[in-house]
Amino acid sequence: MNTLPQQLANGLFLGSMYGLIAIGYTMVYGIVQLINFAHGEIFMTGGFGALTVYLALPDGISMWIALPAMLVGGALVAVLIAVGAERFAYRPLRGAPRLAPLITAIGLSLALQQLVFNLYPNAKAARVFPQLPFGPYHLGSVTIQSGDIFLIIAAPLCMAVLAFFVRLSRTGRAMQATAQDPDTAQLMGIDTNRIIVIAFAIGGLFAAVAGTAYGLKYGSVSYDMGFVAGLKAFTAAVLGGIGNIYGAMLGGLVLGLAEAMATAYIADIPGMQQLGGQGWAAVWAFVLLILVLLFRPQGLLGERVADRA
Amino acid sequence: MTALLEVEDLRVAYGKIEAVKGISFSVEAGQVVTLIGTNGAGKTTTLRTLSGLLKPVGGKILFDGKPLSGVPAHKIVALGLAHSPEGRHIFPRLSIAENLQLGAFLRKDKDGIEQDIQRAYDLFPILGERRKQAAGTLSGGEQQMLAMGRALMSRPKLLMLDEPSMGLSPIMMQKIMATIAELKSQGTTILLVEQNAQAALSLADQGHVMEVGSIVLSGSGQDLLHDESVRKAYLGED
Repeated sequence: MNTLPQQLANGLFLGSMYGLIAIGYTMVYGIVQLINFAHGEIFMTGGFGALTVYLALPDGISMWIALPAMLVGGALVAVLIAVGAERFAYRPLRGAPRLAPLITAIGLSLALQQLVFNLYPNAKAARVFPQLPFGPYHLGSVTIQSGDIFLIIAAPLCMAVLAFFVRLSRTGRAMQATAQDPDTAQLMGIDTNRIIVIAFAIGGLFAAVAGTAYGLKYGSVSYDMGFVAGLKAFTAAVLGGIGNIYGAMLGGLVLGLAEAMATAYIADIPGMQQLGGQGWAAVWAFVLLILVLLFRPQGLLGERVADRA
Repeated sequence: MTALLEVEDLRVAYGKIEAVKGISFSVEAGQVVTLIGTNGAGKTTTLRTLSGLLKPVGGKILFDGKPLSGVPAHKIVALGLAHSPEGRHIFPRLSIAENLQLGAFLRKDKDGIEQDIQRAYDLFPILGERRKQAAGTLSGGEQQMLAMGRALMSRPKLLMLDEPSMGLSPIMMQKIMATIAELKSQGTTILLVEQNAQAALSLADQGHVMEVGSIVLSGSGQDLLHDESVRKAYLGED
């Protein structure tokens, strides 16, 4: 059904997933000013990690037992890859010209895709992902799938925990200090290398939750699922104001909603009949990115660059 | 008795350009020692090397009897060396109270930290009045007070102040200098880098004049204040 409430709900679910992935871009950028273009693939490996755990469990196991184990497994894989990338790919390039880590990130992204494509059993096509055993639910004219239920619970929960962690914990305070002034943070006794590792780890953790959510929502995971999802989440991070965790959440939601609205309603505008539908979703997402970069380059919640000095 | 800080033949380079060319000096406990000189003399480079932000290419640093070479910056604070950097570098989007708490990042004694925050507010009442305000909204002089208060929060054995009077109004500058004098009278050991040679030398037990990476003249604060070449070069007299 193409009702407006349904489209709003779709946008909200999609946006929650973008927001979860966007956290990884924004945390890493906020602390080391690096766009980790391999983050989409970290999201993908999180999905495959969860799938692997499910396949290792006995057949016919209840999803209520399997899901927590899958999340732990996915998180383990994604966090390990994220932290490993920091340690072995990005850290040696700290202080190098910006282009070097950027190209490394793109290379890492391709390498991870190809590793899964070639080495994971039967991953040359999409692999079927288990489903939660309930739903769909009907709320008036809105249909909600089980995977969306998972997203709508997991995303706000993760983000609330992160917000409290950053604001109230000692490590969170150290992260804020490192983001605002890394040299001076060291003068306070903060081990900024450790803080950078933690930022990558949190990004990996959120990406794993998103990767699992993707599998639950779309019923499969694939080696290339991180490419477009990663680009859109990056768009969400820029849209919200890169470096700002609330911005990543907001940017994800705005992007999800804009995409849902555009795919559903653009075609109703006279003369634009050919521009609607799912095939154009990415186009509208990036049109939004271009508009933001033109008119509000610091993003919705970003500070002006001068404030960072 | 050995000095609290001993610097021997310290050399620091940015790539091939040597910014500090083999300087030696020491700071005894309880002393105020000042490095004066023009822009580019290597004063800030020296302090950033002492606190571990820059790696020296040669020479020795002994602090409290321990060599500092190879010790990362975040561990040097723990040894009792605090650095209030040039340009203040407060954390602009954190509150004043949060900035002060970060100064005590490595301390575990909650009560002691609270007491020291209160002491900072006593030293600089304006900080107490605005404790919940984002530090970036403070004036330059107030930010300098915060930077000094924050550096004191680690209860350092040696406090390094880099250009505390830079960019301040004359009144604010007097206030900051009076505070340094007060800290000195309380027995705080201070290594002070200043362009305002007059103010720095009047306070200092020892002074060193730096020019393009080398110490060209050393002496007691009073001696340097009355030295003819110093008066000509740094105190604006003909």
